Amino acid sequence: MTTLTAPPKTASPPVRPRTSPRAGAWKRRIPLLPALIFTIIVTQLPFVATLVISTLQWNILKPGERHFVGLSNFKFVFTDERLRTAVLNTVVLTASVVLISVVLGLGLAMLLDRRFLGRGLARTMLIAPFLVMPVAAALLWKHAIYNPDYGLLNGTLNAVWRLFGAANGPTVDWVSSYPMPAVVISLVWQWTPFMMLILLAGLQAQPGDVLEAARMDGASALQTFRHITLPHLRQYIELGVLLGTIYVVQTFDAVYTITQGGPGSQTTNLPYEIYLTMFRKYEYGQAAAAGVVVVLGSIVIATFALRTIASLFREEVSR
Amino acid sequence: MTAHTAVAAPGARFKKILRRKDDHGGAPRLSPLWTFVAWLATLAFFAPVAWMVLTSFHREADAATNPPTPFAPLTFDQYKLLFSRDITPFLLNSAMASIISTILVLALAVPTAYALSIKPVRKWTDVMFFFLSTKFLPAIAALLPVYLIVKDAGMLDNVWTLIVLYTAMNLPIAVWMMRSFLAEVPKEILEAAEVDGANLLTVLWRIVAPVAMPGLAATALICFIFSWNEFMFAVNLTATNASTAPVFLVGFITSEGLFLARLCAAATLVSLPVLIAGFAAQDKLVRGLSLGAVK
Repeated sequence: MTTLTAPPKTASPPVRPRTSPRAGAWKRRIPLLPALIFTIIVTQLPFVATLVISTLQWNILKPGERHFVGLSNFKFVFTDERLRTAVLNTVVLTASVVLISVVLGLGLAMLLDRRFLGRGLARTMLIAPFLVMPVAAALLWKHAIYNPDYGLLNGTLNAVWRLFGAANGPTVDWVSSYPMPAVVISLVWQWTPFMMLILLAGLQAQPGDVLEAARMDGASALQTFRHITLPHLRQYIELGVLLGTIYVVQTFDAVYTITQGGPGSQTTNLPYEIYLTMFRKYEYGQAAAAGVVVVLGSIVIATFALRTIASLFREEVSR
Repeated sequence: MTAHTAVAAPGARFKKILRRKDDHGGAPRLSPLWTFVAWLATLAFFAPVAWMVLTSFHREADAATNPPTPFAPLTFDQYKLLFSRDITPFLLNSAMASIISTILVLALAVPTAYALSIKPVRKWTDVMFFFLSTKFLPAIAALLPVYLIVKDAGMLDNVWTLIVLYTAMNLPIAVWMMRSFLAEVPKEILEAAEVDGANLLTVLWRIVAPVAMPGLAATALICFIFSWNEFMFAVNLTATNASTAPVFLVGFITSEGLFLARLCAAATLVSLPVLIAGFAAQDKLVRGLSLGAVK
């Protein structure tokens, strides 16, 4: 109610600056400069260096043969079989992890939005997978869960089989038989809590009166979800998908630890392939060119991400 | 608040009465069946963590059995062994890299956020988006030039290299988060204080700081988590002197063969600081993870 009596912000006269306007503008900019300069030096210069290196033929094992080759590294990047596989794997990995964890996260958020016995404890326990160090989580899945001889998964199957009188359960080597699902499941386990937290925040920002009104109008739970909750959550889902995509595209820890990109190159994603080109094949020029391509791809995703975030942002600014 | 009253539809008053009733009762309850489902899902997600912690207290012989033996006797041996095998320097490197970079990030981000929210410079949204765009560039694309520069500068295997990189990695997130917290400082109070002739320091200390403190803590937490967990730069830019906890974990597997109980102890130990911090600040986590875009 106070806003009605207060004058509108835009109409209020600007506070008269004590110094000249230009000096004032600079004074305002000074606190900004250290961070800006630091960021430009540490993030933009390496990118310029990548651009330069991407035009060189440069293998550390053949010193003295470093020379300018123009765009031929890029030609290699777009025609190389391994890199094409890596792009495909990256898309499959990222899309499945993000989609599955959004769906699971939404389900969990819907449940945790209601009151039930031990809700606080359940929420705390659900956050845990996101807080375990990613490398530790990857090792845990690889050795303690997927291991064919004494992992938790086969062990449990075995125990269940014995319960029903069979001598022994199946012995599946999960990581070699289903490499991609093995990586995807461990990442879904890690990212679902992240999606749940964002979507839960969205659900709790939902105005209670609208839901109440829908209930009074006789809308079923499904109708309420479809026509009120889902549209309200749209922005939160978009934000979760985009932030999730940005992080999952960069997945390195899980691939490095669980499968080392194998068997063959079945789980090699782009970050891991670039790492191999750099530190195993020592082809710096090719690695840099692949890096540039990854950056360009990211810019496409980021454009969408920025647009979504900008819309959330505008709402706040106009408030 | 203001937005609500400003766009109030004709039926707003009626809805407000309804809402008051609703608030009184709190969120609707979950039916027993769905409560069961909720707990089942929770336990399924928690099981790997529980298994990790439980196995870390088992003897090696009890850890690798088929079928699993959850009720084997408990022991602290694995943790004792870890410390006798020198996990300590790795933990210290991790702590140093995470804590110092977090402090640096805050020192750079707070003035920046101030310049972007309380006394916004012109085109401040462009500056915000510039910071954010750096976060979208995949770290792997920067690894090669960073590696070459660091090598030329003789800074490989040096904790300070990680500190600089982690500061750059977290700075955009911190700027976004701190801006969203500082934007909550009521403009009216700031203007009133200025009219009363309060100087900048007084305003910062008396008005901005109390509002922004919880936000500062949340920002520090997020930066700490990301630095503590970082692996790619750590594994590729450090060797023996500056390696951090995640590098210890991976190296320890290859050098010692597979000791499951000890692996679980190490995994539990290195995850512990983040688990404790995350549990303690769950609410802050959401806002931090979404860069302050979601409240």
